[in-house]
Formats: sequence, structure tokens, C-alpha cells
Amino acid sequence: MQLTVWTYEGPPHVGAMRIAAAMEGVHYVLHAPQGDTYADLLFTMIERRASRPPVTYTTFQARDLGTDTAELFKTSARDAYARFEPEALLVGASCTAELIQDDPGGLALALDLPVPVVPLELPAYQKKENWGAAETLYQLVRALAGPTIPRFAPPPGETQRAVRGARPRCNLLGPTSLGFRHRDDVQEVRRLLEAIGVEVAVTAPLGARPADLARLGEADFNVVLYPEIAGLAAQWLQRSFRQPYTKTVPIGVGATRDFLREVATLAGLDPEAAVRAGESRLPWYSRSVDSTYLTGKRVFVFGDATHAIAAARVATEELGFQLVGLGTYSREQARDVREVAKRHGLDALIADDYLEVEDAIARAHPELVLGTQMERHVAKRLGIPCAVISAPVHVQDFPARYSPQMGFEGANVLFDTWVHPLMMGLEEHLLGMFREDFEFHDSAAPSHLGHGARVAVEAPRHDAAIAHAPAPAATVAWEPEAELELRKIPFFVRAKARRNTESYAVAQGIASISVGTLYDAKAHFGR
Amino acid sequence: MNAVPDCAVTADRATAPTAPTAPTARTERGQREVFCGLTGIVWLHRKIQDAFFLVVGSRTCAHLIQSAAGVMIFAEPRFATAILDERDLAGLADANAELDRAVARLLERRPDIRLLFLVGSCPSEVIKLDLARAATRLSVIHSPTVRVRHYSGSGIETTFTQGEDACLASLVPSLPVEDTDAASLLVVGALPDVVEDQFDRVLAAMGIGPVRFLPPRRSTELPPVGPNTRFLLAQPFLADTARALAARGARHLPATFPFGAEGTTEWLRAAAREWRVSPERFEAVTAPARARATRALARYRAQLEGKRVFFMPDSQLEVPLARVLSRELGMELVEVGTPFLHRQHLAAELERLPPGTAIVEGQDVERQLDRVRAARPDVTVCGLGLANPLEAEGLTTKWSIELVFTPIHGYEQAGDLAELFARPLVRRVRLAV
Ligand code: SF4
Repeated sequence: MQLTVWTYEGPPHVGAMRIAAAMEGVHYVLHAPQGDTYADLLFTMIERRASRPPVTYTTFQARDLGTDTAELFKTSARDAYARFEPEALLVGASCTAELIQDDPGGLALALDLPVPVVPLELPAYQKKENWGAAETLYQLVRALAGPTIPRFAPPPGETQRAVRGARPRCNLLGPTSLGFRHRDDVQEVRRLLEAIGVEVAVTAPLGARPADLARLGEADFNVVLYPEIAGLAAQWLQRSFRQPYTKTVPIGVGATRDFLREVATLAGLDPEAAVRAGESRLPWYSRSVDSTYLTGKRVFVFGDATHAIAAARVATEELGFQLVGLGTYSREQARDVREVAKRHGLDALIADDYLEVEDAIARAHPELVLGTQMERHVAKRLGIPCAVISAPVHVQDFPARYSPQMGFEGANVLFDTWVHPLMMGLEEHLLGMFREDFEFHDSAAPSHLGHGARVAVEAPRHDAAIAHAPAPAATVAWEPEAELELRKIPFFVRAKARRNTESYAVAQGIASISVGTLYDAKAHFGR
Repeated sequence: MNAVPDCAVTADRATAPTAPTAPTARTERGQREVFCGLTGIVWLHRKIQDAFFLVVGSRTCAHLIQSAAGVMIFAEPRFATAILDERDLAGLADANAELDRAVARLLERRPDIRLLFLVGSCPSEVIKLDLARAATRLSVIHSPTVRVRHYSGSGIETTFTQGEDACLASLVPSLPVEDTDAASLLVVGALPDVVEDQFDRVLAAMGIGPVRFLPPRRSTELPPVGPNTRFLLAQPFLADTARALAARGARHLPATFPFGAEGTTEWLRAAAREWRVSPERFEAVTAPARARATRALARYRAQLEGKRVFFMPDSQLEVPLARVLSRELGMELVEVGTPFLHRQHLAAELERLPPGTAIVEGQDVERQLDRVRAARPDVTVCGLGLANPLEAEGLTTKWSIELVFTPIHGYEQAGDLAELFARPLVRRVRLAV
């Protein structure tokens, strides 16, 4: 039993809904009580979807239990087929129906519908949303991708293309409904692939019909945009159709270049020519002198595994930040995140309890948080700037403008959205130099963010949060002058200065911190 | 149907003995597109300031509460979900021990909590986790600081606002015994604080009292109840709470619900009659506010008169709101859907609806949408899952959940209530793209 207030992921059947809603011609019959229909609003309100998600709920009630819930399921499935005439039907149970064990798969198959019926077994008490999406895509692909021995099986070592004698062709796998910028990522990656001469055969699940899934085997290889969602399906396609798949997720300039090289190699094209397919403004903006103030900014990264790993790389290699925390709620991909964290000398935080994440952020004293909507709230409470990099999504994560995370344009977007919340370079210096200026109070926001961006109420919360951080030595006292001097240090580094000075004092056996101790500690730690 | 109350009664209708004189209500079964009772936690946890709601359920339940409000409430919420996992399903003894641990952890983190609700869900009910026993056990462990109660907000038992009913009903047995001989008035149903204060003032001005509210703002102020208690229902969805209060000897004062000028007047009049307030005094106290409400409504009547409205079933507020829209704003009722029709509590409402009003209890969402598309009403009142899809089809909608989250009761909010229906129409007229 886990005590939860906010969850990063919904139940696995919501993952299945994200696949069904992304596709055309698929309908999902879900054995579930009435309250579970709330999931529709995720699509209609957060994503502003203009039609109802293609889901029929049986909405059984207590009085149906033990009598005719199975019959109710059959009626619902039959009616849903008659009304929506889908080309493929997904059937499954939510958490409650899992307990009453009606076997939706068996019941639906017994109806003998003239379309493929794909039963889903999504253990609601073990698994979560992304796993449910991955499993659903995998089951759909398996059921619809046609015979596992491709009709035009190329001899080992040769690509489909050699047999077909045409341009290299790939599938784009992973984008779903309610995905973090999936809509724009698809457009950006498609453009990149076309620029290097690779054709996109099928994009799935977003926008695909069941008949499109039947053509998956015709491509030379697969591009996996979101391993959390498409990994399972891509592995199966590799086994069944000998289609290799990409391992690099093109988020950031470096990763986009690596991705283009990887794709070119799979497609039998010149990798170095491929890298020249596009350019981002990020490298130059980052080298521009005004960006020097970004150097070594302490950044805490948390999100799904794909976006967290990508953000760690962009933050350190492309913006010159220092990574002070890295974590994910994707337990399935925990190993990959741990590896990346280790390379940065960190222990990865693998957690789906936002309170644990909040504690870790408070302890790491970052100057910028790159996280989900949850971390946005945590950061706001702690008075730390934040940019959102990953699902769970919020209506704000569906901007009207084109705003991909992937590719060269995605790198431009990352530069803008991550740098924007920070204090501009010279402004930060002025703040440091003239602490006495009455307008430079602790809750002063970066001037370009407008007045009141950080409300006064949050200042005490900020201090309170800092106070939570384990004080290394409660026994060390501060002399009044030293305490005053400390207040002249900008608030966003003050807690760190306090901490460093105290641990320095403890190490040196100093019982009472003077102004001298403060500057000794400063010299000792440097920046 | 005609929205004008004094329209000419045609000879035809006057002579035909079969002419519909009462609204026709029929029942429909099919897919229900409604929230479960857990949703009530979203407003109840802010109303009772020292109460905490612990849902014993699944990840779905946690996700529902977090999604239902549309936004996350990040002022440390006084609710949480104890998510059942495989190990809990394997053996019940284990689940109880786990629950005790979860509660201990929670109360340690929130020492300000005085009242804890264990809220049952579909999974906890299907596996027959006995929350009544758990509440008794935990009450003993954490007494006297924390009282533990339980109720069901499950989707197999409750629809949306019925969660509040179940919550309040669970409180009734713990209300103190009223030990004076003088009559007291209990107003039942969670109201916004501002509305509560308004009612308090009006009732006091008529000499009615003492007046108490259920739920109270703090669990330490539970209102006493006994045979001298008279109660007014402020919400139409409180069947179980009313029954539980009656069992404690309290007497219900039947009335319309306090929406719009007319509904509020009749609701107040029910109390005034009981307290033998003279008609002059009643008039003197209520007239100014009533006149304000009428003026505020008149402004919107111009925009709403003759417009056709369709209610999808949602909060059980549908019938009283339909009455306001039809009688005070001149709207035409195409269909009034409601998840549950409590004929007795709604008697005064039903008799005020135009003859022949189509009332549908229960839901088959697909058929209902067919009817919406066929009728093309000017405004469709529906849940968040349906609003944007209908807007995309060119139909104007009003999200029903806003009617639950906005102060709309009483004289001073009558205009706000009308405005909620007028705004989507005004918006559609304004937009030129
Ligand atoms: S309908 Fe049941 S399972 Fe679904 S959220 Fe409500 S209580 Fe939980």
C-alpha cells in the first residue's frame, strides 16, 4: 500500500487509451465503473481534443456484480462495434474489473466480430501508464503487423531496400495522444529524415490506422522516438522482421547529430553528409559571451527516463550547467538513468513519490529545476526557477505554437525555455554588488519576468524549505556581523554559502563563525 | 413546452384530460459518463479545515481526484490515496496492517488533523476490505486526538455529488445530542463560506435560530442534533444524510432549493413558517435581497430568454437549475437529465417545471448525444469529457462541474448563476474566428 497525493503516471489502461486515441479506426471497450470515465477529460481538456476518445466503458454498478457484468460487457462491445464500426477493437479491464475476472478478451472473441479483436491484460495493481501504453502498442503491432516472416524477406545482411530497389524507408514509432510535445516532435523528425533522403513509411500510433500497422514490416528499420512506449514493439519487430531500430533519442544538438549518423548508417547513407542536414542556433547562443553566466549553474533534472537522460546531456554539454541531481519516475528504465547519473558522479533518484523528489531538490540546492509539472510546483514553492521537460502533461504543455523538443528546432526551443527562467547575467552581478538597494530584496524576480513573478509569500517558504535541509552542525554559532554579511549574498546562493561555511567551520573546529570564517570558507570552496 | 408561464392555455389542452400536467420522467440505462463519489473530496477537503480524506483504492482513484479538479491544488491538499497493490490483494490481514501504517505515517506528518475519513472505492469494496472495522480500530488507536470515520465514494455505489451525501451521512451518528428544548435550524450541504454567512445573516434577521451548518468548518464544531432540530437541505443530493438526520429525530423542512430568487425565497420561507415569522417581517428582511436578485437576473434574461437548454446528467443539481432557467430566465428545457431523481426532495421543484418537461433519470450517453445532435440546443450542460467535442460540433456548452465549484446559491449569487449560462453564448457571439 503506497500513500500518494499526486501521481506521475495514471493506471495502465490510461496508457492503452493514449494509444487508442492516437490512432484512427481503433475502438477500446473498457470494463470499468462509471467514475473511470474521468479519463476522457484528460484528452478533451488537457490536449483539447475535438472529439471524444474512442472508448466505451461498461460502467457496471454494485447491483450488477455477481450477476450479469459479463453480459453487460458483451452488450457494450457489440453496441460499440455497431455504432463506431472500428477496424480493430481493443478490449480490457480497469483496476476494478480486473478483480471481478470477467475475461473481456474471451468474451469479446466469442462475439465473433468481423474485425481483429486485441485483448489487453494490463495488471493495474503492478503496472502504470507508460507500461500500459507500451504493452498496448506491442499487442496491436503483434496482432496486426501481418505474418511474422516478411513476404519479401531479404537475405541476411541486406536491407529491404536492396530487395525493393528504392529510397531507404523507416517507421516512426512511439508518439501518442497526451505525449509531451509528441505532435511537434513527429513533424520535426520527419523533416530531418526527409532532408537526408529517408522516407517515412508509417508513423505509429499517432495518426495510424490498423491497416497501416499491417505495413510496418515493409520498412528497412524503425525510428524509436520514445523508448518507454515503443521499445517493446520495436524489439518484436526486430525479431520478427529483422528490422533494426534506433537507440538515440534526438533531443539536443549532440543527440540529434548522433541520431542522424545512426539513421544514415542504418539506411546505408553517408553519415557525415547526414549531419549537415540542419543546424540549430543553440551552439552559437551558448558560445555567445552573454551566456557565460550559465556556466556551472546547478541544475536538478527529473522526468520520464527519455527526457531526463536527454536533459542531463543538453544541460551539461550544451549549456555548460552542472548537474546536481538526476532522477526519473520510470522504474522500467531506471538502469539507464542510473548509468547516466553515475557518469556525473551522482546517485540517480528513482521515485514516484513527489515528496521524495521535493526533499531531494531541497537538499541539492539547485539554481534551476528541469522537471515535470510536479517539480514546477515544488520549485515554485522553493523559489527556484523551473522549466518543464517531461510528462505528466498539463494544458500548458500543448502550446498553440510549434514547439518540438527533438531535432535542431527542438534544441532552439530547449535553449529558450531553459534559459528564460534564469536571472540574466549582468542583472545577477548587480544584485550581488548592491545588496542594500531596497528594490533588490530577496523576492525580486528576474526583471524580464515582470513584477510579482515571485510573490512575497514565497520568500518565507523558501527559507523554511532551506531550513529543512539537514544542517551539518547545529552546534556552530554565527556571530551577528557574519550573519549580516551572509545576508548580502544573493538569496539563491545564500543557503549554499551558509551550508559550506558551517561545514568548513566544523571541519576546522571553529565554534563561532565570524566574517573572516565566512570568507575563509568562500576561498576554500571557490565556485 | 413554452417558457412563458402565462402563455395562453389552448382550448385543446384545457379540455384534453390526458394533457401532461407534471413533467414526464423516464429512466435510461447504458454507459454513464459521470464522475464517482470520490470527486466530492475535491471540495469537501477545503470545507472542513481539520479533516483529511484518505481514499483506500487504486492508482485510478488517485488519478481521478488529481484530474477531476482540472488543476492540481498545490496548497498541501488534505487528501491522499492509499494505493492497493498486489501484496494487499493477496491477503486481507496484510492490507489492514498496511492501512494502519499508512494512517500512522499520515497523522505524524499532519498533526493538525482531527477528523480522518477513510473513503472506500470500487477496489476496496470488491475485495471487501472492511473500512467500518478499520475506522473503529483506528479511532481507538488515535483517540482522543483524531476521530476516524468512513464512507464509500466508489463508482459502483455513488455518482459524483453522492460522495458528499455519503460523507455527511457518515458524520451524523457522531453529532452531539441536542439537549435544549428550543428548536434549532440545521442547514445541510457544503456551501461556500460566503454563502453560509449570507444565509446566517438573513435567518438571524428573522429571529430564526440558532442556525448551524453541516458540514461545519471545523470538525470540533459538529452541530448537535435531536428531536428539536429542523433541517433545510441546501443541496438536492443529500438523500442518505436526510434519512440519517431523521433517524436522530430531526425534521426536514421541505422546500425548493435555494437557487434563484424564487427558490431562495421559498427555501427561507420554509424556515420562517416553522419559526412563525410574520409575513411582514419575512417580507421586510428578504425584500431588499430579493429585489437585487431579480434585478441581476433581469440583465441576463434578455440574453437567455427563449434559448433552449439540454442538461446531461451530472450533479443532481439539474432539476433545480432547470427550474431557475425556465421560470426566472425564460429558457426552454429540451431535456433535463439527472443521474438520480429523488422525487420526494424534489417535489417542490418538479411541480414548478413546465408541464411535459422531459426528465431522464440515469444515462445512455450515446443515445443522449444522438438526441443532443438532433435537437441542437443553444446550450448543453455537460461534463468535461463531452464539452470540447460538442463545441467542435458547433454546439455551445456549459461545463457542469463549474456549477458545483462556484457559489451559485442564494439571492446574492442568482446573477452569477445566470451569468454562468450566458457567458458561453456571449463568447460565441464575440468570437469572429
Ligand atoms: S470509479 Fe471506482 S475505481 Fe474508478 S476512480 Fe472511482 S472509486 Fe476509483
